Amino acid sequence: MKLSKAIHKELYLKMVQTRRFEETAARLFVEGKVHGTAHFCIGEEATGVGVCTPLEVEDYILQTHRGHNQGIGKNMDIKKMMAEFLGKETGYCKGKGGCMHIADFSVGSLGANGIVGGGIPLATGAALKQQYNKEDNITVCFFGDGATNEGSFHESLNLAAAWKLPVLFVCTNNFYGMSTSTKISMAIDDISIRAKSYGMKGLALDGNDVVNIYEETIKAKKYVLENGPMLMVLNTYRWMGHSKSDAQIYRSKDEVNEWKKKDPIKKHREFILTEKIMTEAELDAIDVQAAQDIKDAVDFAENSPEPKIENIFDDVYA
Amino acid sequence: MRDITYAQALNEAMSEEMRLDKNLIFIGEDIGVYGGAFGVSKGMFEEFGSERVKDTPISEQVITGCAAGASMTGLKTIVELMFSDFMTLAMDQLANQAAKNRFQFGGQGAVPMVLRAPGGSGTGAAEQHSQSLEAWVAHVPGLKVVIPSTPADAKGLLKASIRDNNPVVFLEQKLLYRQKGPVAEIGEDEIIPLGEADVKREGRDLTVITYGRMVPRSLKVAEDMAKDGVDIEVIDIRTLVPLDKEALIKSAKKTGKVLIVHEACQTGGFGGELVSVVVDSDAFFYLDAPVKRLGGLDVPIPYNPNLEAQVVPTEEKITAAIKDLL
Repeated sequence: MKLSKAIHKELYLKMVQTRRFEETAARLFVEGKVHGTAHFCIGEEATGVGVCTPLEVEDYILQTHRGHNQGIGKNMDIKKMMAEFLGKETGYCKGKGGCMHIADFSVGSLGANGIVGGGIPLATGAALKQQYNKEDNITVCFFGDGATNEGSFHESLNLAAAWKLPVLFVCTNNFYGMSTSTKISMAIDDISIRAKSYGMKGLALDGNDVVNIYEETIKAKKYVLENGPMLMVLNTYRWMGHSKSDAQIYRSKDEVNEWKKKDPIKKHREFILTEKIMTEAELDAIDVQAAQDIKDAVDFAENSPEPKIENIFDDVYA
Repeated sequence: MRDITYAQALNEAMSEEMRLDKNLIFIGEDIGVYGGAFGVSKGMFEEFGSERVKDTPISEQVITGCAAGASMTGLKTIVELMFSDFMTLAMDQLANQAAKNRFQFGGQGAVPMVLRAPGGSGTGAAEQHSQSLEAWVAHVPGLKVVIPSTPADAKGLLKASIRDNNPVVFLEQKLLYRQKGPVAEIGEDEIIPLGEADVKREGRDLTVITYGRMVPRSLKVAEDMAKDGVDIEVIDIRTLVPLDKEALIKSAKKTGKVLIVHEACQTGGFGGELVSVVVDSDAFFYLDAPVKRLGGLDVPIPYNPNLEAQVVPTEEKITAAIKDLL
């Protein structure tokens, strides 16, 4: 499979947008402009972008609390994402959800989740609806390594396999559940082998190789529509702490630096140049565009109104 | 009108709604060929088939989450949990996911699902299969909570719950499943809107506010006391959320004396909320006595039948409480 220049451009742009979004979000924290918390996926951009970019609007995704890459990958509006992050009325959730609960039903995002593993059961339901209506679309469920130790993972993968539901389970393995290494939390090295116990296909991939993830997702979608669910594990790394309050005393600087050498954006950039898909100047222009997109999003968010308490009872019930 | 059981009424409500709406599916443990642990879904698998009446693994968390996910994306779902005690296993999907979905996403979606589950003691099922946990779910904004006490209410409220666009926790009463009562003919489509209390017996001297299995028990006490010239009003709230506060306030003003009765443990029970509705209103100025509540003892439900019967409000305890107030 040889990807077009347009696809490479899209993948690269979305990854850079994600990184600029999060770097900007971190700066806004330091400036005291954000209340609450955020979980950054810097270093993991290729996972959400690589999986979501080949999907159609009618393919659903369920996102994690560390899912800005997934949202941008699924073509969410960056302005509304930033506005939600700042808790504004114009945000995706009218300022009521924050960035742990960003959703955009119009592009097929059924929402990020604040509960580790909380979205996995919901994914089986979205896929059941697709199966019931005989649709040619799938549900992609993102979760982290930590979620694979939750009961919801077990119940959901078993049910999905038993009912042959069209779900692609995507585990973003960054090797830490907050501070706890997977070496401590599980007795296996390869999370994808868990699929076997459900009679399901499992696959482990380099989570920093956006091109390969893109290609494998296209194959996986076809497989899932024909055969039922599959577990895809993307091995990657979280450069920043778990959340803004993390002092990172549980891992060494050397370990972090080793992973920074495997930067997914740098990797993709080098691939593009080596394969002569785009020039340095073209890539630099995308970098400039991404930075501008994020700046525009911050301007939009900062100039947006605060939500009003008069509307607090809206949407408790339909 | 004909007399059918509470279980048959529930079956009719689900079956009629499934005939009307091809987007409505039903999932749960042993609801298919087996017909449900209490026989409520008997015949539905045969009529609607395995695509719409789906037997699940014993996995309460994903059963509930699967229903929520399907309902978020365009289907309507009914879930049967075999015992309401098993809501403990489904609580994340119910309280964190289904209940908060619409609010936390700024009104983008809705979760039209009904979670049916039987509660209550009296069957010798002991600590883990006999609880009345309605206060847990009534405390979660985003959920509606219904507890029917008669076959007619069971049918009309379940149909309304299925048509509702929100997650509804529909708590059935195990000991009422075989009770018969008059219900409209099949297809007459009698809907009982959520949020309307029902005056099950009119009276002048004292109001008993109750729900579920304690409704027939309170009515029996009222009839017995009527022989001594005491005229008790019995109000069945039917839905805890939304709650028909006006009906309670109106009755309290009329009789001036209020007793609240429920089977659930008294401390932290929904009775405290009902007391509050009365005393926080202008009915307070009409009261001739303190508002009293009579709940279950603050203990788990024990196995031994004599013990089991004594830990929830009995006819004797209700009678004594009423006499105290009069």
